[in-house]
Amino acid sequence: MELLAFGDTGWGDELFRATLMTIAVSITAMLIGFSFAAVFTPLKLSKFKFLNLIANIYTTIIRGVPELLVIYLFFFGGSGAIMFVASMFGYNEYIEINAFLTGSFAIGIISGAYSTEVFRGAIQSIDKGQFEAAKVLGFSKFKQFYKIVLPQMLRLAIPNLSNVWQITLKDTSLISVTGLVEIMRQSYIAAGSTRDPLFFYSFAAVLYLLLTFVSMKLINRLEVKYSRGY
Amino acid sequence: MDFELMINSFPKLLNAAVVTLKLLSVSLIVGLFIGLLFAILRLNKNIFINKFAYGYSYIFRGTPLLVQIFIIYFGLGQIESLRSSFLWVILKEPYWCAIIAFALNTGAYTSEILRSAFQTIKPGIIEAGKSLGISNKIIFYKVQIPIAIRQSLPAYGNEIILMLKGTSLASTVTLMDLTGVAKYIISTTFKPIEVFIVAGGIYLFMTFIIHNVIKFLEKKYSY
Repeated sequence: MELLAFGDTGWGDELFRATLMTIAVSITAMLIGFSFAAVFTPLKLSKFKFLNLIANIYTTIIRGVPELLVIYLFFFGGSGAIMFVASMFGYNEYIEINAFLTGSFAIGIISGAYSTEVFRGAIQSIDKGQFEAAKVLGFSKFKQFYKIVLPQMLRLAIPNLSNVWQITLKDTSLISVTGLVEIMRQSYIAAGSTRDPLFFYSFAAVLYLLLTFVSMKLINRLEVKYSRGY
Repeated sequence: MDFELMINSFPKLLNAAVVTLKLLSVSLIVGLFIGLLFAILRLNKNIFINKFAYGYSYIFRGTPLLVQIFIIYFGLGQIESLRSSFLWVILKEPYWCAIIAFALNTGAYTSEILRSAFQTIKPGIIEAGKSLGISNKIIFYKVQIPIAIRQSLPAYGNEIILMLKGTSLASTVTLMDLTGVAKYIISTTFKPIEVFIVAGGIYLFMTFIIHNVIKFLEKKYSY
């Protein structure tokens, strides 16, 4: 137990901070994923074949290629791409991008592909008559989405989004390969310096279980809230 | 775009894809047995056996695969009695450690898939078998298992694809699978986009094949 003490003697405070980092990366990635989904879900549902194709390419590639490979692409390619853009504006110094941002972005793109599918399914399962009713009642497109589609979509999407959240949370462990100090990386460091990998990796597993358990409880509450009236 | 690099790295990546496929197939076969075993345990009426099987699947589904590999590869070597036992021959090899982790992981997901498939079998079918005087054992092997397999095909197809992506984690324990070789080429040439296109293309091709095989099987066994 001394291994987990807070302060200089143990790894408790380091692991605590690492857990916060995991939570921060997961939430950032999830939000980035939502913004991707906000762009690609309308494309998926669009009447134009070409727009459908773009959205399908995105979701197919992301769901068919390992997360680790995507992370390597961003880790090795990220600063190169930004430097290329910067050089077009005449800035030629070396730019190093933040591991937190690269990691969240890589995981965010992955979680965005799953969220897109979830939102698409949720919108498609809303009864068609509702759209027609809204039109008849003279709702504007914006009001129709905000007042009619969104509340129903959220109710239908939350159970599946909780799966996406679990996947995203677990995927953040892969960012440890880029050196960002989250649970996995911190356990790796601690295991290396104490030569007790069994303890620290098992403890990491417990932390992840705790995170998934607590977040499931919170999401269940949301689910209840959004299912009022059903 | 460095097309020369893409062409040169293609055979190397293709060779590495063989390692990926080996990892995938061995862990899927072992995982299927584990999954079937735990699905049956989950349906057991004894609450301890039931809870044990539930705990297994909860732990393996609630933690990242990376943690599981690291516990098995780095962690188990720490136990002295294990190091002196015959198991050490297997556990010192990263290849077998990766397979054990993958098999246990996919076993947990498979057990959930099979359990829900078993539960959707209509009791009438089993009762019909009983009233025809067929023994429970034969009903299980000849009626329940085939129906459960058919029911679980779509979900199991997804699981195979998830596992294909999961095998990329073998590269974190020094194995040179498709992702491992891709990472090596990226870090020596600093051309991530080109290598990503080739390696990603190979992965997508494998996903495509798996997807279509499952679709074919679904059609063949539909009723």
